[in-house]
Amino acid sequence: MNVRTALVVAVLAVAFASLASADSKRDARTEVEFGINVAQRGLWREAIYRWEKAVELDPTYAAAFNDLAVAYEHEGQLDKARKAYEKALEIEPNNSQIRQNYELFREIHDRTSADKAKP
Amino acid sequence: MTARVPTKRNRKLALGVFSAGLAALAIGCGSSYYEIPIETPIQPKMDVSAFQRVLVAGFVAGGSEDVDANQETVRLLRSQLRTKSQLKVIDADLLPLVEVAQEQSQPLIADDRPASDNGSVRPTIGVVLPKQIKEEKDLEAYERVFANTAYWKRIGEEYQNPLIVTGTVLFTPQTRSGMVQRDVEQFDSFGRRHTMPVRTYMERKGFILRPKFVFIDGRTGATMYSESYREEVLYNAQQNTPALSSYFELMDRLVPTFLSALSSQKIKGTRVLLK
Repeated sequence: MNVRTALVVAVLAVAFASLASADSKRDARTEVEFGINVAQRGLWREAIYRWEKAVELDPTYAAAFNDLAVAYEHEGQLDKARKAYEKALEIEPNNSQIRQNYELFREIHDRTSADKAKP
Repeated sequence: MTARVPTKRNRKLALGVFSAGLAALAIGCGSSYYEIPIETPIQPKMDVSAFQRVLVAGFVAGGSEDVDANQETVRLLRSQLRTKSQLKVIDADLLPLVEVAQEQSQPLIADDRPASDNGSVRPTIGVVLPKQIKEEKDLEAYERVFANTAYWKRIGEEYQNPLIVTGTVLFTPQTRSGMVQRDVEQFDSFGRRHTMPVRTYMERKGFILRPKFVFIDGRTGATMYSESYREEVLYNAQQNTPALSSYFELMDRLVPTFLSALSSQKIKGTRVLLK
């Protein structure tokens, strides 16, 4: 394989990789939109499935982590919700909507995180 | 005259096309966020599965004389527990905890019996309790009544080992003056409404509510869990709000937290979903 062929292969590989990444981002967005649609109809478990898929497809998608956190919160999975909010804020630290959601969540979480007393 | 008609029509047409374009753009872009109501289920802080019954025994209360904080707190908590918990609420007379605490604080003399007539069990060291409870430090001296396991065990036996709810309630008036920020409505030259924050000096009065809820295991007399809170409300000095109404306003904020200690609750809220 001469240098020219190697170069062509490398360029093609980069092009395919970026196309695949664009595809993943588009698919993740589709999953997020579908998740919002079902969440609005009260189907939160289906929404969680969609948003978990979205963050798998695009681990840099802050909105997907935010939506997943909201769904976990609604299902009472508070530890998972906290991790998802923190991930969303790690990706977009200046997103005021995510921050507002997180602060409202913390208000509840802090109130309930006291150790359980047993008789 | 006839030449101006097409011009007007053109303007209308242009305006129509522009509006339609804007609408299409708005639809095309879509909203990027959606407000959605959620209900977060909260697990109880205590495991009360061992109890079928709850006795809201009474509170050491003080502060404002306009409200009987002991009686009102017992009545409110019993009614909330009846509708929002699985436990059966025991209807019983209030325990006169202030008197019980005062009696328990008397020192024992050599031939004194350990239990007095009303069932209180007295310690060996005497403590002087303030006759009137006006502030937090007056209440502190009374708090040792909750640590008297023999007394609470005896109460537990009397009511067949329920979960006992007791504690302290201090409801005090307050007056405060200073700079207050409030929003003032303003209209600009186009008639659009804006609100502007304005700082003004105001005299305000209101109340502070400081309850401490103590949960006692009626089988052993031991404290299982306790929580203290502080809520306050301030009104314009000219506003005449009855003390009892303020008391309920403040308790209303605390009741969900009280209930979440012993039964699972759903907390309603709103969050934003993002695209």
